[in-house]
Amino acid sequence: MDFDLMFTSFPKLLGATVVTLKLLSASLFFGLIIGLLFAILRLNKNIFINKFAYGYSYLFRGTPLLVQIFIIYFGLGQIEYLRSTFLWVILKEPYWCAIIAFTLNTGAYTSEILRSAFQTIKPGIIEAGKSLGISSKIIFYKIQIPIAIRQSLPAYGNEIILMMKGTSLASTVTLMDLTGVAKYIISTTFKPIEVFIVAGGIYLFMTFIIHNVIKFLEKKYSFSQ
Amino acid sequence: MNIFKKTILTVLVSLLLICNVYADKVRIGTEGAYPPWNDTDASGKLVGFEIELGYELCKIMEHQCTFVPQDWDGMIPALLMRKFDVIMAGMSITPERQKTITFSQGYATEPATLAVMKGSSLESMDTPGSINLNRKGNEKILKTITSALAGKTVCVQTATIHQKFLDSGDVGSVNVRAYKTQDEVNLDLTSGRCDVALAAKASFVEYAEASGNAVITVGPNFSGGAFGDGVGVGIRQGGDDAIGKRDAKLLKDFNKAINTARKKGIISKLAIKYFKDDVSM
Repeated sequence: MDFDLMFTSFPKLLGATVVTLKLLSASLFFGLIIGLLFAILRLNKNIFINKFAYGYSYLFRGTPLLVQIFIIYFGLGQIEYLRSTFLWVILKEPYWCAIIAFTLNTGAYTSEILRSAFQTIKPGIIEAGKSLGISSKIIFYKIQIPIAIRQSLPAYGNEIILMMKGTSLASTVTLMDLTGVAKYIISTTFKPIEVFIVAGGIYLFMTFIIHNVIKFLEKKYSFSQ
Repeated sequence: MNIFKKTILTVLVSLLLICNVYADKVRIGTEGAYPPWNDTDASGKLVGFEIELGYELCKIMEHQCTFVPQDWDGMIPALLMRKFDVIMAGMSITPERQKTITFSQGYATEPATLAVMKGSSLESMDTPGSINLNRKGNEKILKTITSALAGKTVCVQTATIHQKFLDSGDVGSVNVRAYKTQDEVNLDLTSGRCDVALAAKASFVEYAEASGNAVITVGPNFSGGAFGDGVGVGIRQGGDDAIGKRDAKLLKDFNKAINTARKKGIISKLAIKYFKDDVSM
């Protein structure tokens, strides 16, 4: 075991963690917006809107994240027409390709999490609001959304952790995230065990933080209080 | 000695024999994604210069051989973890790698070169045909290349001599993008994400031919320095235990076999078949 290497690679890996966190926060932010939008579409009574939202979540939950990244990065890059449009400014950058893939993926899962949370809201709560003369718009924003978010916290916490680990796939499209830098250090030192132990430790620490933040939020907003 | 003991002894002896037979089979690690050195055909079979050469060398050594595919970025760790016994994967002999493993004598050498898509501004780069980094007086050529690469995205396969060269600072600080395979470098050179790529010359020529894309090589042929001293067979550094002794013997065997193959003209013949040029050494 080369402890020296573990110490010297730690600051480099920590620097790369910033890239991982950037990817994670950007895709979670956009993913939550998309997820909420598609969850609402899923609850729509119109069959076309409903099926469209279902198709999206089915597609992105039914294919591996790695395949999605490859299709967006290498696949779209092969379409000559696309390269002449303004879209290429974004798709040219591996950073944006990764964020698009992660966003669409986490958006699909988030939409399912939120949809099931909406459906668990007891009709009595909504009826109570109606009987007080509150408009259905305000019932949706002030009652349904907050309850749905609280209901979905445990499942969404899992999704954040899964997504955090999923960002390691960014290294397959040349991004120097935590896994990318770990692989680079290994390529010059040929010592995978030491470097991956340190990188794995950093991932574990991030999971620890996320897990506890979610736990805190769950407690704070629990109904029983 | 009762029957029970006899049975155990027989089993142990036969196991030992099986192990010996198994141990005699030399496992060769290769990437299978770096044509014409090594490649994988449509049916999943390993093919290419080193595959054919490897079997020829084994014939000379009278060893039984088998090729094991392995991703490039895990090649040396996999050798150290004994997933196979030797590496034949277009791996150049460099001092950095020699700190960890040992190499046979070189069997082939092939210059590295820059490549761009037709119409690139780098096409007009004015440099001599070749540059050997082991010699002195390269400053002017390197300066020309440095200014040509400034602000460009240069793509390479990860953990290669080509990445090492770009990281060395010989051509200033360039914007390097590292890919897992050479195929991916070629794809992004075509798509325009890479302004220029650096790899073995033959891999660009092969790709341009196979894909029909207008990839052209520019600038000098690089050799020496970070580009190492030719491609050799990578082997674990020998040791005092049984496997270490076997590794040391393998090194001797491969060196001898490469000598024989060179004398018989086998390496030259295969080089011309795959590279259309005698890259043997």
